[in-house]
Amino acid sequence: MSYTDTPLVEIAGLSKSYGKHHVLKDLNLTLPPGIHALLGPNGAGKTTLVNILSTLIPYSAGQARVLGLDVQRDRKQLQGLISLTGQYAAVDGALSGMENMLMMGQLFGLTRRDAKRRADDLLERFELTKAAGKRAATYSGGMRRKLDIAASLIAGPQLIFLDEPTTGLDTRSRQALWDEINTLAAAGTSIFLTTQYLEEADVLAERIMVLNGGGIVADGTAAQLKQRVGGSTIQLHDDAGHIIETLPTHGDAADVAHQLAAISEQRPEVSVTVRKPTMDEVFLELTGAPVPTNSNKKEATSE
Amino acid sequence: MSNTATRPTTEQAARSAAPRSNEPMSGANFLTGLIVFSIRSLKHSFRDAESLLMAVILPVMLMLIFTYVMGGAMDVTGDGSTSSAQYLSYVLPAIVVTAAGFGASYTAVVVSNDMTTGFMNRLRTMPFPSVTVLLGHTVSSMVRNLLATAVVFAVALAVGFRTDASAAQLAGSVGLVALWILVITVVFAVLGMVAGSAESASGYGFMLLFLPYVSSGFAPVESMPNWLQGFAQHQPMTPIIDASRALLNGETPGNEWWIGILWCAGFVALAVWMAAVLFPKKVAR
Repeated sequence: MSYTDTPLVEIAGLSKSYGKHHVLKDLNLTLPPGIHALLGPNGAGKTTLVNILSTLIPYSAGQARVLGLDVQRDRKQLQGLISLTGQYAAVDGALSGMENMLMMGQLFGLTRRDAKRRADDLLERFELTKAAGKRAATYSGGMRRKLDIAASLIAGPQLIFLDEPTTGLDTRSRQALWDEINTLAAAGTSIFLTTQYLEEADVLAERIMVLNGGGIVADGTAAQLKQRVGGSTIQLHDDAGHIIETLPTHGDAADVAHQLAAISEQRPEVSVTVRKPTMDEVFLELTGAPVPTNSNKKEATSE
Repeated sequence: MSNTATRPTTEQAARSAAPRSNEPMSGANFLTGLIVFSIRSLKHSFRDAESLLMAVILPVMLMLIFTYVMGGAMDVTGDGSTSSAQYLSYVLPAIVVTAAGFGASYTAVVVSNDMTTGFMNRLRTMPFPSVTVLLGHTVSSMVRNLLATAVVFAVALAVGFRTDASAAQLAGSVGLVALWILVITVVFAVLGMVAGSAESASGYGFMLLFLPYVSSGFAPVESMPNWLQGFAQHQPMTPIIDASRALLNGETPGNEWWIGILWCAGFVALAVWMAAVLFPKKVAR
């Protein structure tokens, strides 16, 4: 069976509540195969949605299908096609990198021999061959993450869920992980990731969904999201580069030309830039939450 | 954006193409899961050299202290005579079950660690019976505690323990103790699952560790104050220890052996029921 024509995710009226606390409210979403990012502040419900789609927890109402399979009714079959890499590394520190890989492979139903062959390949690809015999407890944070993802790939999943894959990593490890994720996607594996970082969503995902307060408040490519918030502006600068005035514009050539004509007549000396909102501004506009930056990354761990 | 990920070339992508399964992976069956996790837990046990050493040394020390410090003062036969050798053959089953309690509390810690890290979450999204994780820890605890039991018996023999018991009686004696080790391990595994952290898991189990002391294990129940006798007589440790001791010394146990087995069956049933109800709901957050 081919999964290239099947929608990756189909969600209709999906809700999840714990008692009176509504975590997800009436979500509707259809995604084709590819890389998709779920963006949102802490507590938005990102992990809850990932946990539902990866069969970990049941939902309260609605429908959810992944790769054409119902996440509850066809649970076991779906589990053979996906893998979850959560916020906390699912690596066994007392076992070596290789032992971790073999264990996961065997649990997916691979023979020990097949598991070994794939583990060798994956460890090499993630540059962990040298560390393969060492206990995972001795690995650095970046290496643990890589091992975690390598282990989740051992059975060749059609779709991998990455819940905040780079939280807590330094810039270099993050960059390396982004490269790996893009490589994976180029080879045809679909990816559903959550992140608090716009930059990450922008760099990796073809499509970004902004989740806030249990609902999807925006959905589209990075460019579409920027457009949705609209608000292109014409900025007037003095000689020193300071903004002296900001004028709203529709952003199309006619409107910009019209406004520029007026400006050049009245104040021919100013320099002018037309600017679209940044992703950070989009995020703020859509979620009302302060924009997480890389510098406060460490404290952002769970939701 | 200052950071951009390098888009991979087709060549790179082809080189790294993991074999993608077009059919869902079948997943491991129950037996494979059990074997994989038993091996994993045994590796945990044997790689944690310190706790393994403690698991063996602690019961031996307990036995030597009770035998040589208390043994000379205890009249366990009721005929007015006291001797360390007599007391050793009296206290041996209690030492083993007490040590098993300590050994099993380790299970609560490792189970709790699995539950509170991302490990269990990943396993639950995989196509195999995830309860085998708990069973693997149980198997490993049994192996560790039986190893400690063997060492205790070896040291007991070395310091002068002798018995006329037949092989069948010895097997019965060890079997009863092993059954209790299983019980306490399963109970601790459930506690590890329910408790919020490894620390509280071993805390909850602490009370269980006192059971052998308030039983016929270390001193005859009749020697206790009246108000304590009721409890001491009717808790699981007393029949198990009495029966195990009788068999160990080549005597025929009375009703104690099946009362003990009933207690064990009750505890296991309770723990299995709790595991079955609670395990599917427990998800690390």
